[in-house]
Amino acid sequence: MIPEIGQFALALALAAALVQSILPMLGAARGNLLWMRSARSSSIAQLFLIAISFAALMRSFVVSDFTVLNVVENSNSLKPMLFKVAGTWGSHEGSLLLWVLILAIFGAGVALFGSNIPDALKARTLSVQAWISTGFLSFLLLTSNPFARVFPPPPDGNDLNPLLQDVGLAMHPPLLYFGYVGFSIVFSFAVAALIEGRVDAAWARWVRPWTLAAWMSLTAGIALGSWWAYYELGWGGWWFWDPVENVSFMPWLLGTALLHSAIVTEKRGAFKSWTILLAILTFSLSLLGTFIVRSGLLTSVHAFAVDPERGLYILGLLAITIGGSLTLYAWRAPAMEGGGLFTPISREAGLLINNLLLATATATVLFGTLYPLVLEAVNGDKISVGPPFFNATFIPIMLPLVVVMGVGPFLSWKRTDLKGVFQRLRFIAVLTGLAGLAIWYVLRGGPVLAYLSVAIAIWLLLATLREWTVRIRLFDVPMSESIRRARNLPRASHGMTMAHAGLAIAMFGFVGSSAWKSEEIVFVQPGSVIEIAGFDVRFDGVERVRGPNYFADRGTLTVSWEGELVTTLYPERRSYPVVQSRTTESAIRSTLAGDLYASLAEPASETASDQGAWTLRILYEPLLFFIWLGSIMMIFGGGLSLSDRRLRVGAPRRAIKSKIVATPAE
Amino acid sequence: MNWKNLAAAAILATLPFAAGAVEPDEVLDDPVLETRAREISKVLRCLVCRSENIDNSNAGVARDLRLLVRERLTTGDTDEEVIEYIRARFGDYVLLKPPFKPETYVLWLAPAALMLIGGIGVIAILRKSGGTKVVNELDDDEKRIVAEILASGKEERV
Repeated sequence: MIPEIGQFALALALAAALVQSILPMLGAARGNLLWMRSARSSSIAQLFLIAISFAALMRSFVVSDFTVLNVVENSNSLKPMLFKVAGTWGSHEGSLLLWVLILAIFGAGVALFGSNIPDALKARTLSVQAWISTGFLSFLLLTSNPFARVFPPPPDGNDLNPLLQDVGLAMHPPLLYFGYVGFSIVFSFAVAALIEGRVDAAWARWVRPWTLAAWMSLTAGIALGSWWAYYELGWGGWWFWDPVENVSFMPWLLGTALLHSAIVTEKRGAFKSWTILLAILTFSLSLLGTFIVRSGLLTSVHAFAVDPERGLYILGLLAITIGGSLTLYAWRAPAMEGGGLFTPISREAGLLINNLLLATATATVLFGTLYPLVLEAVNGDKISVGPPFFNATFIPIMLPLVVVMGVGPFLSWKRTDLKGVFQRLRFIAVLTGLAGLAIWYVLRGGPVLAYLSVAIAIWLLLATLREWTVRIRLFDVPMSESIRRARNLPRASHGMTMAHAGLAIAMFGFVGSSAWKSEEIVFVQPGSVIEIAGFDVRFDGVERVRGPNYFADRGTLTVSWEGELVTTLYPERRSYPVVQSRTTESAIRSTLAGDLYASLAEPASETASDQGAWTLRILYEPLLFFIWLGSIMMIFGGGLSLSDRRLRVGAPRRAIKSKIVATPAE
Repeated sequence: MNWKNLAAAAILATLPFAAGAVEPDEVLDDPVLETRAREISKVLRCLVCRSENIDNSNAGVARDLRLLVRERLTTGDTDEEVIEYIRARFGDYVLLKPPFKPETYVLWLAPAALMLIGGIGVIAILRKSGGTKVVNELDDDEKRIVAEILASGKEERV
């Protein structure tokens, strides 16, 4: 009964979305306030109905209702409760239900908290949001019903892919989707503005908190996915340029460009049509990501052709959304240019370069990800585009961006005295050079690119901190005055400092863990000692342990440093009998200096003469923890900006007026 | 619950044991050659996997390729010769870094071309915008607001 209620609620939500697609839009065109305001109730109704549907599916998973096909295919009565709950979005159908739920949350969010947005713009925005909603709800109901029943019900379920039975990955899709789908509301704002034919500073201000919220979630989602790959796949890598990773990275790159371009639109009234285009393209890339992952296109072009129904439906949605919005853009955007003038040395110009580099980087990832698919479809030629391609093309674009990032915040709007900026940065440049040389002197080994990257990261960190100290005039004025200045500085400005510094910190991790990692792959027997990066790791044997729905071989490794016991690591190899598959659970000792990473590969009995021997893989990855630290700083920086009272959703209108007198250095 | 234990153990015993990523018995004695072998392994694709290099892959095919790479290295091939030897047998698909050939001109040149076009666009915008002299003076609207604030006698917190 409850699954049927869930399905019925979904159908009702589609009805609400259909009404919301038309009525508020018509109301805005005719100036009918009642029709416009109907968007408020219909978007809240949509959220309510989809939430009921989602809860119904979650209940089926929690109580292991094996009359529901989705539960049979993705759950098992022995599975821990957390993963039963997470199983709700573990399947194709469930993850799409989560998708539309988040779509509805953002729609209702604008309806409830967007009290300062003019009625017409709000009505149009919510109507556009309902168009997307209609597309995906119908997709769900027509091709991917999450509540399909099975008869006779089997005694137990097939269990969820064990790789996915992990806390990190259980939380990964909701965060990632909040990011993806969060950009939908920005897209809706952009399309509504195009229909209205008007983009101004106020528009950019209304859009900014939603962009920031989406960006933060996407950052968190990507970082979490990367963390999961790091400890679960057992290779010690954190980024593989896998198409699945790339499709989440592209909206992030372009969303970052959007975040910066929207600032120019907000503060200076420039880059209007470019900001709109970025809003459209960022969401288009999110849709593309959903399409690529959900259609099976990644496995091969042929897999797509075998079961084309779902793929074709999303492809159709994609074509209508992207094609339609870009056509609208081509028609309406030329009319909306104009805005502040600026010289080649100004904050506007700096952000223009930021956008150029980020957009090129996005296009590079897009080309690398789609090119093999397109080429195979065109002439059947199969090629691979992997990490060596991306490292060769992406890094040369990003490094200059980071250099510019150090300078950008020093530039003021309209026009900057370059000499003054150089004077402020001269000391930082010398310091960076010295630090780079010192690191080279100590380490010697490793690729030149690694030293260059570390130096650039140091540059970004120091320049960012310097900009902050200039702003609060630290050491120039008494400490109490500096503190007063820091407290008076807008939160958004602290947020920028935090996020930029976060990238610098994360870069230390990226470079350190790839360029200076050490690795040992050895056969071990109880008592064997491996030396790595100054640690002595003693293998004490393997025992068989039992988990709720798996068995595991758990190794014991005693780690010591110059005779002193440091820690004990327990890497595992788990076997999940129901799905007949295995996972590796690596054991990691994480410190700021570096991660000691151990994973147990194979019992070596087949190849080695003696029993009880195992293949052990031990890595030492310097500075790896900085990746997570830097990511957290970026997310926190976004949060600081979001909490800025001038951006607060529903902040008083006075704030909008006062923005003109905002300090130029922001 | 004992029977469940037993049943699980029985199922477990039937599971295929996949070969691991790089195995210790594959490792060459010469550390220089081994390092070269590892670097080469990172640019070769495991043919049966989705997007893994042979260095990480658990598949048997990947192990065979790893052994082949090492065999070629010990016979004195250069890195390029080893990669070319494998490419000649398995096609371009095996290279994670696609070769520069007519079919991939677009792929390889796209980033630079886009940067160039974008750069020209940026310069055009800067020239257009910079063509008029920009001065750091307030426009009438801004002057009015500043005057209002000064008149109100309060410092505006921003």
